[in-house]
Amino acid sequence: MKNKFYILFLLIGFLSVTNLWSKTITVCATCPVKSINEAILQAEEGDTVLVKKGIYKEANIKIEKGITLIGENMPTIDGEEKGEIITIGADNVTLDGFKIINVGLSYTTDYASVRVVNSSGFTIQNLELEKLFFGIYLQKASNGKVLNNKVRGEAVTEFNSGNAVHLWYCKNVEVRGNDVQNVRDGIYLEFSDNITIKDNLSKNNVRYGLHFMFSNNNFVINNIFETNGAGIALMFSKFMDVENNIIQKNWGTAAYGLLLKEVNDAHIKNNLFFENTVGITVEGSNRLEYANNDFTSNGYAIKVKGACYENRVIDNNFLYNSFDISYNGRINDNKFNNNYWSNYTGYDLDKNGIGDVAYRPVKLFSYIVNRTPETIILMRSLFIDIIDFSEKVSPVFTPDDLMDENPRMKQINHDRN
Amino acid sequence: MLKILKYSFYDLMRSRWSYVYFLFYLLLGVVLLFLNNDLSKAVITLMNVIIILVPLIGTIFGVMYYYNSREFTELLLAQPVKRSSIFLGQYFGVATSLALSLVIGLGMPFVFYGIFNSNAIWDFSLLLITGAFLTFIFTALAFVIALSNENKIKGFGYAILLWLFMAVIYDGLFLMSLLYFEDYPLDKFSLVATMLNPVDLSRVLILLKLDISALLGYTGAVFQQFFGTNFGLILSFVMLVFWVVIPTFFIWRIAKRKDF
Repeated sequence: MKNKFYILFLLIGFLSVTNLWSKTITVCATCPVKSINEAILQAEEGDTVLVKKGIYKEANIKIEKGITLIGENMPTIDGEEKGEIITIGADNVTLDGFKIINVGLSYTTDYASVRVVNSSGFTIQNLELEKLFFGIYLQKASNGKVLNNKVRGEAVTEFNSGNAVHLWYCKNVEVRGNDVQNVRDGIYLEFSDNITIKDNLSKNNVRYGLHFMFSNNNFVINNIFETNGAGIALMFSKFMDVENNIIQKNWGTAAYGLLLKEVNDAHIKNNLFFENTVGITVEGSNRLEYANNDFTSNGYAIKVKGACYENRVIDNNFLYNSFDISYNGRINDNKFNNNYWSNYTGYDLDKNGIGDVAYRPVKLFSYIVNRTPETIILMRSLFIDIIDFSEKVSPVFTPDDLMDENPRMKQINHDRN
Repeated sequence: MLKILKYSFYDLMRSRWSYVYFLFYLLLGVVLLFLNNDLSKAVITLMNVIIILVPLIGTIFGVMYYYNSREFTELLLAQPVKRSSIFLGQYFGVATSLALSLVIGLGMPFVFYGIFNSNAIWDFSLLLITGAFLTFIFTALAFVIALSNENKIKGFGYAILLWLFMAVIYDGLFLMSLLYFEDYPLDKFSLVATMLNPVDLSRVLILLKLDISALLGYTGAVFQQFFGTNFGLILSFVMLVFWVVIPTFFIWRIAKRKDF
C-alpha cells in the first residue's frame, strides 16, 4: 500500500515537472518577445508559442522542433514577397489560426505559405491564406491533418499560379473542411497514398478542383467542386473512392466534372454531377464502378474515349443530359444496368418497375458529333431525331450490345446528406 | 389597315379553327404537365412541338385562310381601300390570332401549374416568343405562296413542301454538307446556314437556353463567341425579325402588282 502511494506521488511529481518544462511563450508588439522567429528560437520541444493579434512582417520562419504555434484572433504574417513564409521540418508541429499573406512568386522555386518537409504528426488548421503562390505544401509528410483552412488565390493563368493544398509523396494525411478558391489546383496529390479528402469546398480554380497523379487508395468524400476548369482529375491512380461529392457547373471546352485517365479499380458512388459540359470523361480506365450517382443537366453525362473495359454503371439517374453516353468504337465490354434514363421511352407492361425494352444510351448523333464537332448545331433537330430513331431500331455505327437491359421506369431516390 | 386587321381578327376569333387550335395547345400543355409531372422535361417536349408543329399550322392555316376569304378580298378590292392595307391587314389578323391561341393555350396550363414560381420561366417565355415569331414567319410565307399561285392545289402543295423543306430536308442537306466538308473549318458556315432557316434559328435560340453546356463543349472561337455570350441571343432575335419583315415586304409588293 505504502509502495503504491509512493509511486503515485512520484508520478504526480514527474508530471508536474514535465508540465513546468513545457512553457508558453507569448509574442506581441508590447511583449518582451516581439517576433515569431525569436520566440521559436527560444522555444524548446513541446512548448507553445502564442501570437497575439497584430501584423508580423516575417518570412522564412523555420520550425525545426515539435512546438505548437497558435495565433490569437488571427494575427497576420506578412511575407513581403520574400519567398517562403513558414517551413516545418520537425515532427508533431501544430500551426493554428494565422492569416498568411504575400508569398513570393518564382518561376524556379515553388514558394509556399506553409511547407512541411519530411515530418509526421503535424496539424495545420484555421489558416487564412491570401496572395499566395503555393498554399500548404506537404512534401514527404505523413500522419498529419490539414483542417478548416481558407485559401483565396488570385490565379488567372496556369503557368504562374500554384496549388492551394499540395501533397507530394505523402501518406495518411487528412485534408478536411478546407475552402479553397481561385488558385491553380484546389487540392493536388502526387505519389500520395491513403489520403482522406473530406468536406472541402473547391471553387473557381483555374485548372482542377482536385488533382491526383500516381496516388493510390485515397478517399474523396462529401466535397463540393464548383466552376473549376475540371472538378476532379484522377490520373494514373488505383483503388480510389469518390463518394457523396457534388460536382457542378464546370463549363467550357475542356471542362469536365470528373476526368479519369488510366484509373483502375475505383468506386464512384453517390455523387451528383450537375450542369457540367461533360459529367465524367473516361480514358483507359478499367474495372470501375459507377453506382448511385445523379447525372443532371450535363452536356454529356459520361464520355467514354476508349480502352475502357469491365466497367459497371449501375443504379444511376441520368436526367436531362443532352447526351447520356458518348462512346468511341464498336466493341463494348462495359455493363450498364438498372439505371434510370429520363430519355427512355419504353413501357412496362408487367409493372415491375423495370422497362420491358432495353435502352440504348449511345445515340448516332453523338457518334456524328464526335466525328464532326460542328454538327452539334443540329442538336434536337427533327432530322437528327429521325436518324437517331433508325439507328436505335437497327444499330450500325454504335455498339449493338451497349445497352441497359433493365432500365428503371422511375427515378431512384438516393439518400444524400 | 387596322380596320381590316380587326375584321380578319374577329372573323377568325369567331371561327371554329381558332378554337380547335387553342384547345389543342391547351390539351397539350395539360397532358404534358399533369401526366409528366416534370417541368424540365415538359419544356423540352414542348420545344419539339413548337419548332415542328407551329410552322406547319402557320403555313396551312395561312394558305387556307387566303383561299377561303378570296371572295371577301375581291369585294374589298372594289372599295377605295389601299391594296397593301387589305393584304397586310388580313395577314396580321391571321398571324395574331394564331399566335394568341398558341400563347394563351400553352400559357394557361403552365400558369396554373405554377410556372411563375419556377426557374423555368425564362425558358418557357423564350419558347412562347419563338413560337409566336414562327407563326408570323410561316403565315407570311404562306401568304406569299398563296398570292403567287391562283391554283389552290398548287398553293397547298408548295406550302407543305415549304414546311417539309424547312423542318426536315434542310437539316438533312445541312448535315450532309457538314460531313462532306469536315476537313474544312465549318463553324462560320454552320452559323450562317442556321440563320438562313427560321426553324433552325428558333431551335438554336432555345438550345442556347437548354443545352448550353453541351454546346460549350465544342472548341471553336466563333461558336464560343456565339454561344458563350449574349451575342448569339441578340443576333438570333434580329434574324427572326428579318424573317418576319422580308416576307411581309414580299406580300406588300406582290399584292401591289397582282392582277385580280
